Amino acid sequence: MVSPSAAAPAQRDRGAPPADNRLKIVEATMKRHQYRPDALIEVLHKAQELYGHLSPELLALVARRLHLPPSRVYGVATFYHFFSLAPQGEHTCTVCLGTACYVKGAATLLAALEAASGLRAGTTSADGRLSLLTARCLGACGIAPAVVLDGTVVGHAAVEPLVERLRALLNPAGA
Amino acid sequence: MAAKTLTIDGTLVSAREGESILEAAREAGITIPTLCHLDGLSEVGACRLCLVELTGSRRLQPACLTPVAEGMEVRTSTERLREHRRAIVELLFAERGHVCAVCVASGACELQDLAARLGVTHVRYDYLAPACTVDISHPRFGIDHHRCVLCTRCVRACDEVEGVHTWDVAGRGTAARVITDLHVPWGQATSCTSCGKCLHACPTGAIFQRGSSVAELKRDPGVIALVVAARKERW
Repeated sequence: MVSPSAAAPAQRDRGAPPADNRLKIVEATMKRHQYRPDALIEVLHKAQELYGHLSPELLALVARRLHLPPSRVYGVATFYHFFSLAPQGEHTCTVCLGTACYVKGAATLLAALEAASGLRAGTTSADGRLSLLTARCLGACGIAPAVVLDGTVVGHAAVEPLVERLRALLNPAGA
Repeated sequence: MAAKTLTIDGTLVSAREGESILEAAREAGITIPTLCHLDGLSEVGACRLCLVELTGSRRLQPACLTPVAEGMEVRTSTERLREHRRAIVELLFAERGHVCAVCVASGACELQDLAARLGVTHVRYDYLAPACTVDISHPRFGIDHHRCVLCTRCVRACDEVEGVHTWDVAGRGTAARVITDLHVPWGQATSCTSCGKCLHACPTGAIFQRGSSVAELKRDPGVIALVVAARKERW
């Protein structure tokens, strides 16, 4: 009796949640900005936050609602590195390649992470577990080289501890 | 409107207030090379080919976007400027795959004309030679991204004259490409009215008419100005 009811929500969490209100939140964000075309970046920001990436359907919806040409919306979404058009992995590792971080050896760091993960920078692993990304300056030059692991900024990043942390993140059981 | 008197390349020129240096120079019969400028469209000052020297300013200014001022002294063709212009054209060639020998626009290409006029005999920079796509999904037109210089004349003609904005620029840096709608193949871009203004606005062979082969292309960039002028007369 316990097992079926406990399994059901877990099943739903794994797939795309059916009755999700993310679209409603995006709509509310646009409404709050009175559907003004110049609110595009704020709206895309919210959508990216909610979905983790911007799908063509979502971009088309935003373009329609804000009375913007689809090509303009696509142009803005691809111009800023913050926006991602492809779904990102469960975990993300963003290496800053800004000038300060680069001088402090971010390129070596990235090469080591690429070797450790078997991914090329800017791609997501086939199993969707990890995205290895790069950024141009996080504004944290004081702690260069900086890396963002799942939203947590790691300053003065060194190769070995970072690779260790990445391993631990991907295999929490230590398997 | 007040008249402004300025000196361009040593000749006294009279211009209307609010006019750009480029317009004033053209009226005086002085040619300043341009690429992203097209009569009838807004200026973006992106190509930097029309940069001129102003007395009293160390910075070079784009002639297309700099309004004339009383007593301004402009030099349009110093050795420094010619060298900059050559470098710009060479960089444009190095950025994509421009092969005039097999291009539909050869002989009717503004980039080719610029290179010839500026005396570009070779390119000092390594060619990036990126792998670009050719989109011939549209029944009447095609786009070969190898030949695109990202002047955005198609984007502005589509937005400002046709009022559709099918085109825009996606990505940034060397990965920047002109795209239609949500980066769909041109033939599937539902907003496109197939008016062909982008074809006439394109300075190179990037946007071409389907079925036109080498040296067959006839372009009429004056159409853009004509449409704008005709509209002004009617309303």
